[in-house]
Formats: sequence, structure tokens, C-alpha cells
Amino acid sequence: MLESILLTIATASTPLLIAAIGELVVERSGVLNLGVEGMMLMGAVIGFGVALTTGNPWLGVLAGIVAGAAFSILFAFLALTLATNQVATGLALTLLGVGASGMIGEAFVGQPGVKLTPIYIPGLTDLPFGRLLFGQDPMFYISLVLVAGVSWFLFRTRAGLTLRSVGDSHTSAHALGIKVIRIRYAAVAFGGACAGLAGAQMSLVYTSQWIENMTAGRGWIALALVVFASWRPTRVLLGAYLFGAITIAQLHVQALSPNDIAVGAGPLWFLSEGGRWLLSVLKSVPAQFLSALPYLATVVVLVLISRNRRLTLINTPACLGRPFVPDR
Amino acid sequence: MRLELAKRPQHSKLFSALSPFIAFVLTVIAGAVLFALLGKSPGAALYAYFITPLTDLWSLHELAIKAAPLILIGVGLAVCYLSNNWNIGAEGQFVMGAVVGAMLPILYPGLQQSPLALPVMLLMGALGGAAYAAIPAFLKARFNTNEILTSLMLVYVAQLFLDWLVRGPWRDPAAMNFPQAPRFTGYAVLPELLPASGRANIGILFALVAAVLLWVLLTRTKKGFEIRVIGMSPRAGRFAGFSTRGAIFFSFLLSGALAGLAGISEVSGAIGRLQPSISPGYGFAAIIVAFLGRLNPLGIVAAGVVLALTYLGGEVAQIEVGVSDKVVRAFQGLLLFFVLACDTLIHYRIRFVPSERPAAVLPEAKSDA
Repeated sequence: MLESILLTIATASTPLLIAAIGELVVERSGVLNLGVEGMMLMGAVIGFGVALTTGNPWLGVLAGIVAGAAFSILFAFLALTLATNQVATGLALTLLGVGASGMIGEAFVGQPGVKLTPIYIPGLTDLPFGRLLFGQDPMFYISLVLVAGVSWFLFRTRAGLTLRSVGDSHTSAHALGIKVIRIRYAAVAFGGACAGLAGAQMSLVYTSQWIENMTAGRGWIALALVVFASWRPTRVLLGAYLFGAITIAQLHVQALSPNDIAVGAGPLWFLSEGGRWLLSVLKSVPAQFLSALPYLATVVVLVLISRNRRLTLINTPACLGRPFVPDR
Repeated sequence: MRLELAKRPQHSKLFSALSPFIAFVLTVIAGAVLFALLGKSPGAALYAYFITPLTDLWSLHELAIKAAPLILIGVGLAVCYLSNNWNIGAEGQFVMGAVVGAMLPILYPGLQQSPLALPVMLLMGALGGAAYAAIPAFLKARFNTNEILTSLMLVYVAQLFLDWLVRGPWRDPAAMNFPQAPRFTGYAVLPELLPASGRANIGILFALVAAVLLWVLLTRTKKGFEIRVIGMSPRAGRFAGFSTRGAIFFSFLLSGALAGLAGISEVSGAIGRLQPSISPGYGFAAIIVAFLGRLNPLGIVAAGVVLALTYLGGEVAQIEVGVSDKVVRAFQGLLLFFVLACDTLIHYRIRFVPSERPAAVLPEAKSDA
């Protein structure tokens, strides 16, 4: 019971984590791409379609990544090459992504999808709680590798330092001969690839079907997570799992019965009594209110983080959202 | 070949006026390519989209119905965006306006017989939308919280709240378990303009009046000047003694009130009751309207009609050419992309320059670099 809940939490957190870690790199380079939701949807629909037609979920994952990256280049061309307003352009990318994915995916609605199977290591996976460590879907491991990789890249490599310098002062970086626009293009494409991968996770692992607008605001929550994490990769991990837990908790409350609590708590009778009481309270709350929890939690978390003005000011990449036009 | 931007000494008046038109033409061309790829005749599809809806009186009425909320929300958003406040939650404020305005006919059905019902409902709707927009405004002014994310999150919350209301406490007992609230009657219904020829209601008049009033506000009053100064340079605004927080509240409350008014007008007019979904994305399409109208209230009236045409044309094209109505949203997103790209021409000259490196690089030169 507990193991299966933890597994669903991991599956629900993974898309948030992947999308947020990609956006973190984008924002560290000084670019604010609000198109995460749109890129995720494009990744989800293209990934689903390719997996469905080829029968190979891995080709679907690859297609999702390529779709997300290609879609993000559209944003990059406007926001970087044409120096348009990044907020408006990001919104445009999301609106276009919602529309285009709905159009592309119309043929896939109701089709049974192809599921990416969890890994299985004989012996290890069968251990108690072994499935948590050794029996999850490949995307779970990929997401953790991404966090570690991005963390290492940003803070332990020269290229990462260059990327951060571009985000903190594009004029100084440009004066030092760093190709600001080129680096930002690469960062945006990486963010797009991550968002596409996150979308493909949703349509190939999380639900394994295509539903119009299936990301339901996760792209926006991922954007909030980057702020919540004050642009640090490890804190994104924490935030993503917090939100995954909230999402799953509200789903489980709707399905649990008081008996499950008693069984879960075992000999700790006071826990089971407390749990029963809490559950009876939560069960009297309408389902729509519980569904609104992740969104409300996002608002609350953003408020808590931004209250500390100094902390936000120190951590925010100084050139975030500011267009750069090299003068020659 | 490389593309390079060169800043114009002054912004180009010519392209300020032309850019929305260039963007529209580019969108139509892209649409033609899209329809051709979908295996439909581009000519027939575009005709269905942009001409057929204009050819009979009935559909002109429908056009007015769809343009009204787009213009109302769009002009409010323009004030927000001009003052650098990114309210993207108009869809939620639209829903909350509808909910608060509908309290009167649903909770006190008897009052629908009073001629005062409609003005009170409209006022309540505007207040509801403004109150809902006040949340991100307060959080931004007080805690410096990012208003883009909070206003958007509240859209989902509002939609779930409406869903609960019409499936729960406000469900019409006579509707056979169908999730909808009772139909508005009597004076709670928005009057139609010319009932003889179609069902357009006075909502479009609200939109036109709001557009003119906001045009006056933005171009002829000190408040409008303040808004634009703060938007262009918050620092300059502070030196002039303008309140940044004041601008946050002013723009959010104003746009929220207009979105709320649009919401209550939509349910008391075109729809006639509350139901789980009351908007085909007007709050988001209005963002496109605001930018296509170049954040000018009078331009936004024209832009609202264009976006309304895409909604209506989408329906026609689905029936006559067999193009899915899902194409509409893609089309609208594309339009915003082209608008933003063309706006670059106002401030910059675009030059194509040959690549820096010569075509043939000598081996020594390469190893040096």
C-alpha cells in the first residue's frame, strides 16, 4: 500500500521535475520562457503519436524530445533573434502549443497508448520496497540523472559558469567575447527538449493516452517550481516531489476508506484514530476543492518564497527576461 | 547569411500602423499552407473562415456576441500590459464575474421580475471579477509575488469552483441530473439589440463604450500618462511621484472588473445560464486581441472582431470544408506569434548580413582561432 503510493508520487513528480530542471537552465541563461506548458503538450502529443504508429515507446520518447526542442526554437527565434518581449512570446508559445497539440492529437483521442515498461532487475526489484529503487519506469532514473547532471554542469564546469554569467550580465559577457545569443539558443533548446521529454512521460508513462490539454497546468507549476527552488537544481527536486505528493494525496483521499488507514497505521492506534478523523473531514470536502489544491499550493508557496525580497533578489538571474541586442 | 537588428533612432510610425496588418496577412498565408497540408483546398477554407461569416445578417449577430467579451477583456488587459502588470488570469476573472453576478437570479429568483435585476447583476459581476483580480494584485504589491503565475493558477481554481457550483449547490433540480444552473428569466436576461434579425445583445455596446472610455483614459488623462510611464520605466515613474503599487491595483482591478462584466454578460446573454464551461478560452484569446490591437483600445475593437471571426469561421469551416474546429486555437496562437515578430520592425531595422567568416577558411587561420 505505502509502496504503491510512493511509486505513484514518483510518477506524478517526474514530469514536473524534468520540465522544471530544463526551465531552470533556460532562466539561468537569462531567458524567461513561459511556453513550458505548450512545449510539454507538443512533446506529449508527438511522443504519443510516434509511439502509437511505430509501436516503440522509446521512439516516442525521442520524438517528444525533438518536438519540444524544435518548438522552443520558434520561441528563441522571436525572443532572441528578433528581441521580442519574452513574457508575451512565451505566452504565445503556450497558446500555440495548446492549439497545435489539440489539432494534431485529434486522431489519437481515445486510442490505447503504448506504455513504457518499468525496469526489472531479478532479485533487487523483488526486495521489500525494491520497486522504489530498482523497479520504476526509465523516466524516473532519467529525471534524477538530469538533476545531478544539470547541477554538476552549472556549478562545476566552465561552460556552466559561462552560461550563468550570460544570465547575470549579458553586456559584460558580450564584452568578454562570449556569444550571448548562441548560448541562450542552446539553453532554450535544452529547456524545450526537457519540456518535450516531460510531456512524453505524461503520455507514455503517467497516463499512457492522449487527452487534450492533458498537462493541466503542470508546465506553469514547473515554472513556479523554478522560483520556489530559487534557481537551484537540488531544491527543484524537493519542490517537484512536494507537488507530486500533494497531487497524489488529493487523489487518494477521494479513493481511501477509513479501513485503509487502520491497516496502514498498524499498531499505532493513535495514528489510525487521527487518520480516520482527518479522512472523514477531508472526505466531506467536495472533489473539486481537492483538485484545486495543487494550484492553491503553488500560490501559497510562491508567496512564502517571494516574501523574502532579499533572498529572491540575490538568487534571481539579474538579466532574467531582458532582451539583448548586441551592438556592433 | 545572418539576421541582424539595427536600432532605429526613432520608432517607425509606418510600421506601428502596418505591423498588425502584415501579421494578419502572414497568418493567412501560414493558414493556407496549413490547410493545404491537411489536404483541404486553402481557398475554400480561408473563404469559409474569413468571408462566409460576414455574408449574412445572422452571423454578423454571432460575430458581435463573440467580439463583445474579447474586446471587453482585451481593453482591460491593455491597461495591465501597458503598466507592465502581466495579468494572464482573465479567464478566471471572467468565470468569477459570471458566478458572482449569477448569485442574484439563482439565490433570489423572485428578484428577476424587478427591472433593477440586470444593473445589479452587472455591477456584482464586475465587482466579482475585480475582487478575484485583487488577489494576484495584492500578492504582487505586498509580497512581490510573480503575478503571471498566481493569476494563471487562479484560473484553474475558478473553473473548478464553477464546476462544483453547477454540479452541487446550484444545480437545477428540474434539469434531470444535468450539470447546469436554472435558466435566467425576466429582467435577468441581457436584452437583445435587434431581435428581428439575430440574437446579438447589448454586450457589444458595453464593449464599445469601455473601449472609448479607456482610449480617453489612456490618451487624454493624467492617470493614463502615469500608467504608461510606469510601464516604460518604473524608475522614472517613481521620480515623478507615481505609485507603482497604485498602478498594480488600478490595472488589475480595472481589467478584472471588465473581465467579470464580460463573464456575467455572457451567461445572462448568449448562454442564459451557468454551466460547467462558459468560455471557449475568451480570457486567453483576449491576450492575443490586446497585442493585435497594439494595446490601443480602438485598435483592440478591430482586433476583437478579427479574433471573433476566427471563432466563427472555425465553426463554418468545420461544417462546410470539414476542417476540425481544433484548428482555430492553433490559428490564434500563430497570429500572436506573427504580431510579436512584426512588432520588432517598429523599433528595429532588420538586416541580412553575410556570415562573418569567409567561405573558404585557410587552414592556418582556422588553427589560430
